Amino acid sequence: MAPTLVVMAVMMATPVVMVFVYSVLSNVVMEANSEFVGPANFGTLIADPVFRKAIGNTLIFTTVSVTLHLLLGLGFAMMLNSGLVPRLATAVFRVIFILPWVFTASIVVIVWQLLLNPSGVVNYLLTTLNVVDQRVEWFSNPDLALLTVIFINVWAGYPFLMISLLAGLQGIPADLYEAAQVDGAGPWSRFFNVTLPQLKPIIVAMLMLDFIWNMQQFPIVWLATGGGPLNATETIATYTYKLAFSRHEFSMAAASGVILFIVSMAVALVYVRHQKARD
Amino acid sequence: MATMTPMAGRKRHTATRIWLWVGLTAGALFAGGPALWMLTSSFKPNTEIFAYPPTFIPETFTFAAYAEILTDPEKVRFFLNSYLVAGAVVLLTIVAGIMAGYALSRFDFPFKKSLNAVIISIQAVPPITLLIPYFGLVVWLKLYDSLWALVLTYVVATIPYAILMMTGYFNTIPKELDEAVKIDGGGTFRALWRVLVPIAKPGIVSVGAYTFMVAWNEYLFALTLTQSKSNRTVPVGIQLLMGEHSFQWSEMMAMSVLGCLPVLILFLFFQRQFVSGMTAGAVKA
Repeated sequence: MAPTLVVMAVMMATPVVMVFVYSVLSNVVMEANSEFVGPANFGTLIADPVFRKAIGNTLIFTTVSVTLHLLLGLGFAMMLNSGLVPRLATAVFRVIFILPWVFTASIVVIVWQLLLNPSGVVNYLLTTLNVVDQRVEWFSNPDLALLTVIFINVWAGYPFLMISLLAGLQGIPADLYEAAQVDGAGPWSRFFNVTLPQLKPIIVAMLMLDFIWNMQQFPIVWLATGGGPLNATETIATYTYKLAFSRHEFSMAAASGVILFIVSMAVALVYVRHQKARD
Repeated sequence: MATMTPMAGRKRHTATRIWLWVGLTAGALFAGGPALWMLTSSFKPNTEIFAYPPTFIPETFTFAAYAEILTDPEKVRFFLNSYLVAGAVVLLTIVAGIMAGYALSRFDFPFKKSLNAVIISIQAVPPITLLIPYFGLVVWLKLYDSLWALVLTYVVATIPYAILMMTGYFNTIPKELDEAVKIDGGGTFRALWRVLVPIAKPGIVSVGAYTFMVAWNEYLFALTLTQSKSNRTVPVGIQLLMGEHSFQWSEMMAMSVLGCLPVLILFLFFQRQFVSGMTAGAVKA
């Protein structure tokens, strides 16, 4: 039993150590005798405008996705928790609302590619309702591509927050609401003075986890646009992937992966501290 | 609102209720609409996919796309591969989760208290960062382009979470139970498999269902660590279809329907366990 843990630790720790070592060598895997080059790979990365663009895109992608995940998740969870809709209906809506979360990324993307196709149903509805004059190229227009990818990512990811927040809402004692009502608090006041403060620890924890995962999101971006058009949707994950597996620059890819790793770990550390403070 | 008359209160309630139904219906359309469109499109002939105006219910209802997928050995192979990989990963994860979870719940270890922090940190490691050394390791182990490469790398992601879940479950089972088995002359293993495992069944089911979903849905490693068509899993296979015949939308939709069916069925049957698996470890692939 203890060996299982040791094997796990080795399986986990070895690659992390390896990737740090790769990042300070000249092109590993491809060169037989790679040399120590110090921080040179990091320097090259930061000098690359595409990498800087990828950092900016990743920040936009992550913050917008996480914010919308929270708003949608909270809105849906509160509707499910209202107690004003029959139980069976609530159960059915709950299943439907979780649905996007069980689809694998490649199915999510392919279905949205059909829906958002220039001759697809979304463009049909938008043109018929006169929202737009001509069919929108959601994926190939560089000004829209990032928004489109974020939208798909929001659709696929909000259920996770919804479920956690729903569990949180169900845990708020009813007498807190009753007391607020006796004090004459209206629905808004109850939301801001009871619901939000009670949910705050869960919200903070979920925001951090969601931030980490969205920052690393690969399949949705890769499958929807491959980082294009014109690097409009390039994120650190897609950029790293291309460095390693299209350009075979494994050391540069490792350096880029190390940067993503360090940022993720920093947020994870804050998360762990936050969880400990809760206990 | 304390001063409100009962009559006004009821009216207010009705208005809230109407808005709730509007909100819930809109939400259901947003969340379920795409899935429904996928399903109806899979029964349309290709010529009807982009019909103008779009047909919400197929005018010509056909199973042709499904027949095409299920009679093509190359495509059936994607499904077989996915079942093999997910099955092996679930099995290994459950066994390792039970053993390590039991050990952590019953015996003392150094660093036991920091286990949670370690497992959360593992979940936070970016898959793309791990992929680079894993690619090297898999090539070195001569496992590149094999399903084993996937099984091996997936369990590294799923086992820590299973350990966390199973430790939590075993902690809720009183130690006196295993003592009783030992007094009757049974060993530690007997106590574990005969007494604890049956009690911990709900936990095992939720670990299993969640692990299956993670393994079935994984894309990045499957894309990179396999190469030949005969070793591709469903998520990668669907995209291959997209690249080869980008106009065969009904086929792609049929394959998508078949591709999400196993996870969907698991989800509908084990909803509660799924949801607890989703929130307990706070993990996502």
